[in-house]
Amino acid sequence: MSEMVSRGRFGRFGGRYVPETLMPALEELEVAYQEARSDPAYHEELAYYLREFVGRPTPLYLAERLSDHLGVLRVYLKREDLCHTGAHKINNTLGQVLLARRLGKTRIIAETGAGQHGVATATAAALFGLDCDIYMGEEDIGRQSLNVFRMRLLGARVIPVTSGSKTLKDATNETLRDWTASVRTTHYIIGSVVGPHPFPEMIRECQSVIGREARAQILEAEGRLPDACVACVGGGSNSIGLFHPFVNDEDVELIGVEAGGRGLDTEEHGASLTAGRVGVLHGCETFLLYDDDGQIIPAHSVSAGLDYPGVGPEHAHLKDSGRARYVTVEDHDALKAFQMLSVLEGIIPAFESAHAISWLDRLAGETREAGGMKTVVLCLSGRGDKDVHQAEGLLTEMLDDEEVR
Amino acid sequence: MGDRLETCFERLRTQGRSGLFPFVTAGDPDLGFTRELLPLMTEAGADGFEIGVPFSDPLADGPTIQRSSMRSLTGGTRLSGVLEMVGEVRADIPDTPLVLMTYYNPIIAMGLSEFVRGASQVGADAVIVPDLPPEEAGALLGIMKDYPLEPVFMLAPTSTQERIELVNDVGGGFIYYVGQMGVTGARDALDSDLGATLGRINRVKNRPVLVGFGIKTPEQAAEVAGYADGVIVGSALIDVMEAEASREDKMRAACDYIASLREGLDRSKTVS
Ligand SMILES: Cc1ncc(COP(=O)(O)O)c(C=O)c1O
Repeated sequence: MSEMVSRGRFGRFGGRYVPETLMPALEELEVAYQEARSDPAYHEELAYYLREFVGRPTPLYLAERLSDHLGVLRVYLKREDLCHTGAHKINNTLGQVLLARRLGKTRIIAETGAGQHGVATATAAALFGLDCDIYMGEEDIGRQSLNVFRMRLLGARVIPVTSGSKTLKDATNETLRDWTASVRTTHYIIGSVVGPHPFPEMIRECQSVIGREARAQILEAEGRLPDACVACVGGGSNSIGLFHPFVNDEDVELIGVEAGGRGLDTEEHGASLTAGRVGVLHGCETFLLYDDDGQIIPAHSVSAGLDYPGVGPEHAHLKDSGRARYVTVEDHDALKAFQMLSVLEGIIPAFESAHAISWLDRLAGETREAGGMKTVVLCLSGRGDKDVHQAEGLLTEMLDDEEVR
Repeated sequence: MGDRLETCFERLRTQGRSGLFPFVTAGDPDLGFTRELLPLMTEAGADGFEIGVPFSDPLADGPTIQRSSMRSLTGGTRLSGVLEMVGEVRADIPDTPLVLMTYYNPIIAMGLSEFVRGASQVGADAVIVPDLPPEEAGALLGIMKDYPLEPVFMLAPTSTQERIELVNDVGGGFIYYVGQMGVTGARDALDSDLGATLGRINRVKNRPVLVGFGIKTPEQAAEVAGYADGVIVGSALIDVMEAEASREDKMRAACDYIASLREGLDRSKTVS
């Protein structure tokens, strides 16, 4: 009898829940990925582009005024916002485009929410002259029109998705549908550590450059490991990228910040780890937002990049095993943090990253209560230029009302 | 077990006919409609049915079945209601194989055991879960083996020899061959490799093969039936009903369409 084993598990999570048409492609991808992983030439090529094209290593910057403001935290920002294209997403898209070339695929497809992953994919495709189609929910196209133009400027086609809730989850469905028809010529670059095996593991490996650099940098700066690592969690790629190299350092607390949206007592949030249940969506078993009948509930967040009703299976495992802690920050507080970091540090963060910044307030509270000091590494996953237009509408009132300075 | 399916394929074999298995989304536009429609389509020439459970994120389906699922969900269809409806329609068509087709998450939400128990109690004969390949099906198979419910798996144009053997080994009922790359939806032309891939499957299979995805015209159905034991027609049937406004017209159009497929299938068999 033929072998029948589930592959790509993190504890009980993950796996490969896809239509049969895609199974052979995933097997092929897994083999190619394992070969690339053990091929020094692949690593050399990737390292070259990360250094010369992306601008790595990114700084680990001691945010002094922010630390003073918080009192009991010494905050280091891992500056993924300084990556080419403005977010960590390019670490993944470059790694995968190099794989696609090894596989001989000539076309790249991707889904995008905020447009950051779409821009990073279009950029990597342009770098190597590959055809590129990006699926984006109509709702998000409205929220992130500048990124839509960026993708088109980079030579990609942006395909509006009008099914379902017209956001990231529907764009992901549509990209998977395209891939079932086009898999022989096309590589799918999933934008986060979600999807069927080997994507979550492959993308985590691409993003772990964040944590590897940060670990070496903090040891250099402080002579010791941090007390905590903090990052926002949408699908979970910047956070797993930061966390993974610290997982075996048991004294380092890992804190993932999910989108609390309009509050966990509403249905309008993106907190799949905090408030979701175990289920299967987009090829993997993980925590999801769904109703009593198994129908997926559309997520909500002020930030399009956290607006996803699922989360990477490795995070599901880190939560289950207790190794990481997952918390939530609501829209309003994320906006305040967006403004705070701008004023205090001269850094305008992405709305997504602002969720992680906001949690520092509460971490400072906890730390003060326990009567100590903490050194924190926070992944500043992206810059806020893409959000400035939306922020103008949301924040002008707040700027008039409140005094942060 | 799987008596109805076995008997049905046995009868088709002795009659020298091809199986015709329409797919409908349960509850589009409501469950009462589906309940009425299935016996009518049986009279029009259907041999068995695939009954689709609507899902919010049907990633193996094209626009037609996406719209159909949305209509059904908007109308309030739930998995428990679909099972109830199957139980009711069972009384009218006691010998017709009924195959449930559902994505995995609604099964998880109901609970694997409760779903399997419920589905076999109401008289469903088999289950197809398009996002559950054999590798991930261990838990569900473990429960199903104690019930008269057959696990049907899919094969596709990309399936390797290894996977063909795997599905043949672990599956039950019949093999569902996905005749097109991509999602469900009626196509104007069939995959040119169809005969070759089905040839590879036919050499190892120890159960019937039904071909679905993309079939629209009686001529296409007849061509496909030349390589397989029967056809599954979904999107084209739903398109036909979508084009009509009233319930009566939808049902009449569906039955006319099924009758035309039946005729196409039977004609090709008597000619050859
Ligand atoms: C700047 C930024 N941070 C975070 C995210 C969330 O994704 P992930 O959790 O995969 O890092 C996104 C997604 O678009 C993003 O653009």
